Amino acid sequence: TACTTQTQTQIDRDPKQPGAMAGEKGLVLLDFWVSPFGQRVRIALAEKGLPYEYAEEDLMAGKSDRLLRANPVHKKIPVLLHDGRPVNESLIILQYLEDAFPDAPALLPSDPYARAQARFWADYVDKKVYDCGSRLWKLKGEPQAQARAEMLDILKTLDGALGDKPFFGGDKFGFVDAAFAPFTAWFHSYERYGEFSLPEVAPKIAAWAKRCGERESVAKSLYSPDKVYDFIGLLKKKYGIE
Amino acid sequence: MADVMLLDFWASPFGQRCRIALAEKGVAYEYSEQNLEQKSELLLRSNPVHKKIPVLLHGGRPVCESLIILTYIDEAWPEMMPLLPRDPYARAQARFWANYIDNKIVDCQTRLLTTKGEAQEQAKKDMIGALKTLDSELGDKDYFGGQAFGFVDVAFVTLTPWFYTYEKYGDFSVEEHCPRIVAWAARCRERESVAKALTDPEKVYEIVQEEYGAN
Repeated sequence: TACTTQTQTQIDRDPKQPGAMAGEKGLVLLDFWVSPFGQRVRIALAEKGLPYEYAEEDLMAGKSDRLLRANPVHKKIPVLLHDGRPVNESLIILQYLEDAFPDAPALLPSDPYARAQARFWADYVDKKVYDCGSRLWKLKGEPQAQARAEMLDILKTLDGALGDKPFFGGDKFGFVDAAFAPFTAWFHSYERYGEFSLPEVAPKIAAWAKRCGERESVAKSLYSPDKVYDFIGLLKKKYGIE
Repeated sequence: MADVMLLDFWASPFGQRCRIALAEKGVAYEYSEQNLEQKSELLLRSNPVHKKIPVLLHGGRPVCESLIILTYIDEAWPEMMPLLPRDPYARAQARFWANYIDNKIVDCQTRLLTTKGEAQEQAKKDMIGALKTLDSELGDKDYFGGQAFGFVDVAFVTLTPWFYTYEKYGDFSVEEHCPRIVAWAARCRERESVAKALTDPEKVYEIVQEEYGAN
């Protein structure tokens, strides 16, 4: 299988190479179980058939030394370590995998214009979906209503971008699909907090979500919508939100 | 319509990135100045999602978002003056720092110029911190990519005329905290593509004061 169960690895640190974990060959993914950003990387690695070690960072308990060494600038997961060298930012990691493993199945098309389109929509998902979704469950009253209106607009825009294609990548599951698929587990929560129905608002996205869920890479990487909903409840408690 | 067209705004550091890249690659293009108060039909059609400049039109097909445009230019005209390095890890590093500039520096800039009191003090601290991080990343290299002018240099150099404005609003000296960045900016300005694209720092300060109110 593509990943081992979630165990902490003993890493020998080479003090002469800050950030690099000497002696650590291959791919290691520092991640957090429910993170949609981390799940993008898990999906990409599975789609490419690349073996790796999964290392859970318990973000609710704080940030480990290992994470802070690997990503001193942003202190965030996911971080992909390749032979000890860290790559940060989920979409950058996805593009790194394209470049570093050219013989593995590609997520990006080869045509420059099609690549630019894929990058645009992945960037759109990055700029819009998580932030707006967070405001949906964090806020109340008028600000929440605004977030709801924005979320509907975002989903409709993505619905239009998908059009009648089976995937954003066309016939093949691609870069934008990998970037957006993790959020399918959050749709249920967005629907509940935003009081709308996804099949009504964005029917093509709803159908696409089902289609993605049928892929092994996605099914194995995501947690159930109910688990995500419960996790949001935990976050709300943590932030003292009613 | 020319084969390559750039919808842009003269003072935009994001548009300037594209101008520099096209010049470095020796690509002929038509520059089209856009009125941001009254957006043209062409702009709205070309970038319906964000309605922003810059937009690169190649054979009539639009590419939006300046860093995506830079990557597109690099891939569409691969023979001349590569912007991204060949090595996958070095490419990832370049993307990371370009991203950092777009997220951190631009965010600090907005807060530094539009807030007052404690919020502005925090923005100043964050800006100095971010610039020092970049100064450290540059290190003793001639350019961010090493010996050759590249992707991160193009992404960052167009923000350097804004340093004067940061200094005026934040009451600090960029050179004091980041001497290597200041030297690097001067080195970049020796390139014709850069010299032609950048706005004069005094002009930037003037525009910002008009836009956001005097400091």
